[in-house]
Amino acid sequence: MSTPIIETRNLHKWYSGVHALKGVSLKIEKGQALGLVGDNGAGKSTLINILSGLHRQDEGQILLEGQEVDIRNPKDSMRLGIETIYQYNSMVPLMTISRNVFIGREPLKWSIGGFGILDEQKMREESVKAIADVDLHLRSPDALVGELSGGQRQGVAIARAMHFKSKVMILDEPTNHLSVKETAKVIGFVKGLKEQGVTSVFISHNMHHVFACCDRIVAMALGQIVLDKPVSETSIEEVSEKL
Amino acid sequence: MKRLFKLALQKPELASTLLLVLLILMFQILSGAVFLSIDNVRGVLGLLPETALVAVGVTLLMICGEFDLSVGSVFALMPMTMAVLVVAGVPFWLAVFLGLALCAFIGFVNGWITIKFDIPSFITTLGMMFMARSMTVVVSGGFPPRIKPGAVPSWIFTGFVDDGGLVRASVLWFVGIAVLISLLLAKTNFGNWVRATGGFLPAAAAMGIPSGKVKIACFMICSVLAGFAGMIQSLRLNSFLPALGEGMELQAVAAAVIGGTSLMGGVGSIIGGLIGATLIRVIDNGMVMSQIDSNWFKFAIGALTIFAVVGNAWLRRRGRAMQVETDK
Ligand SMILES: Nc1ncnc2c1ncn2[C@@H]1O[C@H](COP(=O)(O)OP(=O)(O)OP(=O)(O)O)[C@@H](O)[C@H]1O
Ligand SMILES: [Mg+2]
Repeated sequence: MSTPIIETRNLHKWYSGVHALKGVSLKIEKGQALGLVGDNGAGKSTLINILSGLHRQDEGQILLEGQEVDIRNPKDSMRLGIETIYQYNSMVPLMTISRNVFIGREPLKWSIGGFGILDEQKMREESVKAIADVDLHLRSPDALVGELSGGQRQGVAIARAMHFKSKVMILDEPTNHLSVKETAKVIGFVKGLKEQGVTSVFISHNMHHVFACCDRIVAMALGQIVLDKPVSETSIEEVSEKL
Repeated sequence: MKRLFKLALQKPELASTLLLVLLILMFQILSGAVFLSIDNVRGVLGLLPETALVAVGVTLLMICGEFDLSVGSVFALMPMTMAVLVVAGVPFWLAVFLGLALCAFIGFVNGWITIKFDIPSFITTLGMMFMARSMTVVVSGGFPPRIKPGAVPSWIFTGFVDDGGLVRASVLWFVGIAVLISLLLAKTNFGNWVRATGGFLPAAAAMGIPSGKVKIACFMICSVLAGFAGMIQSLRLNSFLPALGEGMELQAVAAAVIGGTSLMGGVGSIIGGLIGATLIRVIDNGMVMSQIDSNWFKFAIGALTIFAVVGNAWLRRRGRAMQVETDK
């Protein structure tokens, strides 16, 4: 086995009294599509929020390609090549698509000390390209994200993550509240990630979705991993029973 | 029709511009052509940059998702501090600098407390409104300081720049600053962060934007602009009064809202705030010139504010109902 792209060792997290993660150790191999399932409150979001820099673990280590890393904020996480797609959290509805694609990572024509003039031309061109690359066809990068459907929005979020050459893509319930057709589209995006050699972690409550696009299933319950098997060696029934 | 909606949605200041033009025409007729006379325009142009600068800062802060009720008090505190320092023998420019630094500090405190303790800025700045007003009186020691006319180079801020005595330097300062803040908001990455922070805070945070710092910076800009505006007014009148700028905070919010800025943050433009501020000045002055009972002034501003918010909310709902179509 090669070095895992991400490894967590004995992660613990307490939220004022709630022990949300109780020693989670997980190795994710390069190129894998990992499905993370578990009941409400199992600790899935807590685990990925630690990887994406929104929260910090109280105990335990994170290793990226064998090196121990310290993820203190979302910027650190993105710099390490981890991109996260949240159910609602990652787009500003009243800003345009091209602005949303580059939030926090704007290309600048000219700058001092990190502040400067936006390269709007580049933002527009590259966002059009990034969106086309994930097979999403939107008329204009100047449309407001709030005018997009839920599925299109997730598509833009995925396009953004791809544009920044992520090594690992984490998707926390990206299909919640989407129509059947839009869900199929998002599942299609996730499948596409594997073809492009991007490692992904896909969280969903819908077993069928997870089984459709992942090659390994990890189930969590009450802050611990209770099952970890390749898709081929398990079944929806077995996983459901563990939760 | 659909395109018209879209345009109105993207440029909420369009409607208020139209209203402004109509009002100017109406007052010109009602006042028997006095409204657009040189003397009256001079008067309006004297006061306008001062109130509009406050509106610019408040608009920026509101786009960032926060409020500042202390601008009226800071408007008085800055010139008072500066004048007391000048009277005490501090060189003029150093006194100006110290006055503005005090404003920046007040803005920082407003922002820091709001972020650190996670409380509504409405409350933080309400407290600061009283504190800064009180400091103004204390600093003056009960006796407004007097600066001899010509003792300080106030012409740099308030002198007339044309031979006809119509446009003061303050108009140029104001235009320059407004353009600068507009560019900051529209063309820089900082502006992008301001909109993202006010537009949807969780997204801004998830994308690694230092939202707390962005907000604090906006609080500081807002306070400094209010103080600067107060200084211009005091130098123009050459009097330093502790009661200066009372009620200004709400007029600035009204100006921003009339110009299309959302109370929820994320939406708005500097030009909108300017148009809102101009509308308020035009209504104030136009009513006097047209000999309408000026007690109706606040009524008019209040009605206009409510009308603007309702109108903008309606537009936004209409806009949301229209989805972008895909090519496929
Ligand atoms: N910010 C927080 N503050 C306090 N407690 C929290 C916080 N976030 C999560 N928790 C608690 O931690 C536990 C794990 O929550 P988590 O969100 O990780 O679960 P989840 O597996 O993602 O659930 P879901 O499927 O509902 O999204 C729950 O008991 C939850 O109440
Ligand atoms: Mg969750």
